[in-house]
Amino acid sequence: MAEHKTAEEMGAQQREISVAEFFERNRHLLGFDNKRKALLTTIKEAVDNSLDACEEAGILPEVSVEVVEMGDDRFRVIVEDNGPGIVRKQIPNIFAKLLYGSKFHTMKQQRGQQGIGISAAVLYSQLTTAKPVRITSRIGSKEPAHYFELHINTQKNAPEILADKEITWDKEHGTRVELDLEASYQKGDQSVDQYLKATAIVNPHAQIVYVNPKAEQIIFARVSEKLPPQAKEIKPHPYGVEVGTIVKMLKLTETRTLQSFLMNEFSRVGGGTAKDICENAALLPTMKPKDMQLPHIERLVQGIKNTKIIAPPTDCIVPIGSALLEQGVRKEVNAEFYTSVTRSPDVYRGIPFCIEVAVAFGGQQPGDQPMTLLRFANRVPLLYQQSACSVYKAIVQTNWRAYGLQQSQGALPVGPLTVAVHLASVWPPFTSEAKEAIAHYPEIIKEMKLALQECGRKLGMYVRKKMRIGQQRERANIFEKYIPEIADSISKLSGESKDVLLQALQKMIKKPEIIQQLQMPEQEPEHKQIKLTAVAETEDS
Amino acid sequence: MKKAEAELIELGKKLAKDIKSGKNPSIEFQVRGLRNVEFDKKTQKLKLGERQATRTFFNVGHAKKFLQTIEVAKVSKELLEAEKHASLRDVFYMAKRTIPNSNINIVDEQKETDKALEDLELITSFPREQLHVNANKMGSVAGKVIIEDKGDTIDWSKLGSGGWSVPSNVEDILFKKVSAKYVIYMEKAAVWERLHEDKFWDKHDCIIMSSQGQTTRGIRRLLQRLAIEQKMPIFVLTDFDPWGFYIYSVMKFGSISLAHMADVLAIPEVKFLGIRAGDIEKYGLQKHFIKMNEQDTSRLKQLAQYDWFKNNKEWQKEFKMMKDFGAKAEIQALSSRGISFISEKYLPEKIKNKDWIE
Repeated sequence: MAEHKTAEEMGAQQREISVAEFFERNRHLLGFDNKRKALLTTIKEAVDNSLDACEEAGILPEVSVEVVEMGDDRFRVIVEDNGPGIVRKQIPNIFAKLLYGSKFHTMKQQRGQQGIGISAAVLYSQLTTAKPVRITSRIGSKEPAHYFELHINTQKNAPEILADKEITWDKEHGTRVELDLEASYQKGDQSVDQYLKATAIVNPHAQIVYVNPKAEQIIFARVSEKLPPQAKEIKPHPYGVEVGTIVKMLKLTETRTLQSFLMNEFSRVGGGTAKDICENAALLPTMKPKDMQLPHIERLVQGIKNTKIIAPPTDCIVPIGSALLEQGVRKEVNAEFYTSVTRSPDVYRGIPFCIEVAVAFGGQQPGDQPMTLLRFANRVPLLYQQSACSVYKAIVQTNWRAYGLQQSQGALPVGPLTVAVHLASVWPPFTSEAKEAIAHYPEIIKEMKLALQECGRKLGMYVRKKMRIGQQRERANIFEKYIPEIADSISKLSGESKDVLLQALQKMIKKPEIIQQLQMPEQEPEHKQIKLTAVAETEDS
Repeated sequence: MKKAEAELIELGKKLAKDIKSGKNPSIEFQVRGLRNVEFDKKTQKLKLGERQATRTFFNVGHAKKFLQTIEVAKVSKELLEAEKHASLRDVFYMAKRTIPNSNINIVDEQKETDKALEDLELITSFPREQLHVNANKMGSVAGKVIIEDKGDTIDWSKLGSGGWSVPSNVEDILFKKVSAKYVIYMEKAAVWERLHEDKFWDKHDCIIMSSQGQTTRGIRRLLQRLAIEQKMPIFVLTDFDPWGFYIYSVMKFGSISLAHMADVLAIPEVKFLGIRAGDIEKYGLQKHFIKMNEQDTSRLKQLAQYDWFKNNKEWQKEFKMMKDFGAKAEIQALSSRGISFISEKYLPEKIKNKDWIE
C-alpha cells in the first residue's frame, strides 16, 4: 500500500507562489517562448513604453534602438528615448517589480496595459544571462541623471539594487535601458526590423533610429510633426464589467452608497439610471458598498443587464486618422495605389473601439503571393498568431474577387497588396497576455469588414481601370500582330499585292471607329456556340 | 481549275476589295449550332436555317477566328493548286506557327483548324473533301461485297481479321458485286470483332461495319450510298444509353454541327435494331444495369425534346422506359448469356421478328 500524507504534512508544503516565480516557469505567456521571439518582445516592450511616455508628456518621440551581438547567442539591447524621464524613487519598481505601473488601473487608450512588459524582459534577461538591467534616466536639465543596476528578487517580487549613482548625461531628459539576453536575430517575417518598420507606419509622428546586429543603421523618418491628441481616461461602462471587476471596484471605492458608487465609478450612469439598476437588481440604493456580498453583486450584474444604459462616450478613442495612416503606409510600402478609411467608433461589451484600414496596391509588391497583412492595436504592431486574429478572419471573409484579386475560399487574397488594419480602443481584447491576436468579438469583426469593403471598393475601381487599359493595349497589339498574317493570306488567295493590303490595313487601325472598338469594355462573342451538354460531336475525327 | 479553287479565289478578291476601299474585311456565312438548325419534315433530315453570321477582322471577339479561317482557306487553295490531299492533322500543322515577335500562335489545337474548316465548308459551300482535306480512315468493314477503289479491286470478304478501313472520301468507290442483303452498323469495335470471328456476315449474307463511337463522315457517306444505290436496309446496334441513341439520330437525321452536310450524310433508311428497352426484359439484362449519372439523365431529357423525336411515339416509349429504369446497359452485357449469344441468337431473332424501330 502506498503511504498517504496527512493534511499537516501537505500543509507544510503549501506556500505562496510569487508572481515572479510563476512567470519564470510560464515565460511563453508573456511572449518569451523562444530566443527569436524574446529579442522581439524585449524591444517591443521598451519601445512601447518610450512612445507612451513621450506622448503623455507631449514630446515628439525620438527613439533609438540598438542591438549588439555579443556571441554565444547573447545580445545586448539598448533602447533610448527623449521622453520625460522617470523620477529616481520609481525607477527600481518600474523595471524590477512585476505588475507595477500606472496603466492597469486606468481605462484609457494606450499601448501598454498590465504593467508586466518591461519587467518581464528584465526578468528574462536575468534568467538567461544573470546580468542586471542598466537604467539611465533624467527628468530635466536642472536634475542630474540617475544610473541604476537592478535585479529582480523573484521570491519577493521586489527590486534588488546593485548600483545607484548620479552620472552626467548629455541628454536633457529621457530614459535609456540596457539589458543583455539570450536571443537570436533573423531578418524577415516577425523580425525586429519588420516590427520597427510597422511601428513607423502607425506612428508617423515618431522618429526611430535602428542599428541592427549587422551594424546597419536604418532611420524611420518622422512624417508628421503633430502629436496624436492625448486619449481621455474613462470610467468603465456598466455593460463591460463582470463580478470580479465589481468586487475589486467595491474594495477601492470611497463612495458611501450603492447609488453613488454606480454614479461615480461608471460612465453613463446618472441618478435615474443608478436607481433603475438598483430596482432591477432588487437592491437598496442606500446600501453600503462595504456590506455588499457575492449574492448581492451577482444580482447587481443581472440588474445592469436588464437596464437600458446609453453606449459609452467614444471621444476617448484616438484613431491615427485615415490620412496619417495612409501617409505612414506610403512611407514604408512602395505601391502605385493607396487608400484608407477610419470608421466612426463603435462599442463591444461596453468598451469603445474604432477600426482603421489602409490599403496599398501594386508597385514592387509580388503579384503571385498572398497579400501582406499588417495588424495593429493601439499603434502597436501584432506580428504573431496571424491566423488566430479577428483581423485575419475579417480579411478572409471579405470577397476580394469582387475587387479584381484572386482568392480561394477561406484564404488570404493573392496579389500585389498590403492591408494595414488598426484597432484603437481603451481596452483592446487580446486572446492572450502576450497580446498577439485580437479576440473575435462580432462587433469588432463587423466593423473591420465594413472598413475593408470601403477600401476594397476604391481598390476595385482602380484595379478594373488598370485592367481595362491593359486590355486596350493588348487588343491594339493583337491587330498589329495579325495584320501581316492576314495580308499574306489574302494576297495568296486573291493574287493582290501583299504590300498594298498591308498598308491599307495599317491605315485602318487608326480609324476612329476601330479605335472605339478597342475601348469597348466587353465584346459580344461572334455567335455563341449552343452548348450541347457534354456532347462532343466527334463524328469528324 | 476546280470549282472549289475558283470559289476560294473569289473569297480572297472580295476581302481584298473590302480592304482597299477601307472597309473592315468581313465574311458572311450561315450560323451553325442548334439555334439555327431546323428539322425538315419532308426530307426527314436536319437542315441549316437562314441565320447569317458576319465575321470581321477588326473586332476583338472575331479577329483570331477570322485569321484562322483565312489561314485554312489559304492552305486549301495551295492543296488544290498542287493537286494534293491533306489530313485534318496535316492542315493543323500547316497552320500552326507563332506570329513573329509575339507569343501568339495562329492555332494551338487541332480543334481550331477543324472548326475553321467547317466554317470554310459553309462559306464556300464545298464539302471538306472537295477542298482536298480528308479525315483519317476509320472503322472496319466485312461482308459479301466486291468494290473498286482507284483501280484496285477489293473483296470485303477476304481481308483477314482486320477487315477494310473506310477512307474519308468514298465518292469514287464503285460497287462491283454485292450479294449482301443488309448492313449492321455497330457502335462497338469489340462487337464487330465478335461477329467477324463468328463469320456472321457469311452465315447471314450481310455487311458488318463499325467505328469506335460516333460515325465518321466517310462511313456515313458509304452507308448512304449503300442505302440509295443498293437499296439495302441499314441496321444500327448501339449501347442502351442516350449516347447510343444519339449515334442513331446523327446517322438518320444528320448532326447539329454538320447540318449543312445533312443532304450527303443523313440516311433516312437507317433502322434502330438495339439494344432496345424490350431487349432488357426479354434477355434479362437488368442484372448488368449501370446506374445513370447526372449527365446521362440530362442528355436523355434533351433527346426527348428534339423536334425529330418529339412526336415519335416509339422513341418516346424507349426514352420513358430508360428514364424509369434509371439505368443503362452495354451491348456486351449480352455476352453474359454466352460468348456467341449475340451472333447465334440475339441478332437472328431480332431480324426474324422485325424487332426494330424504323
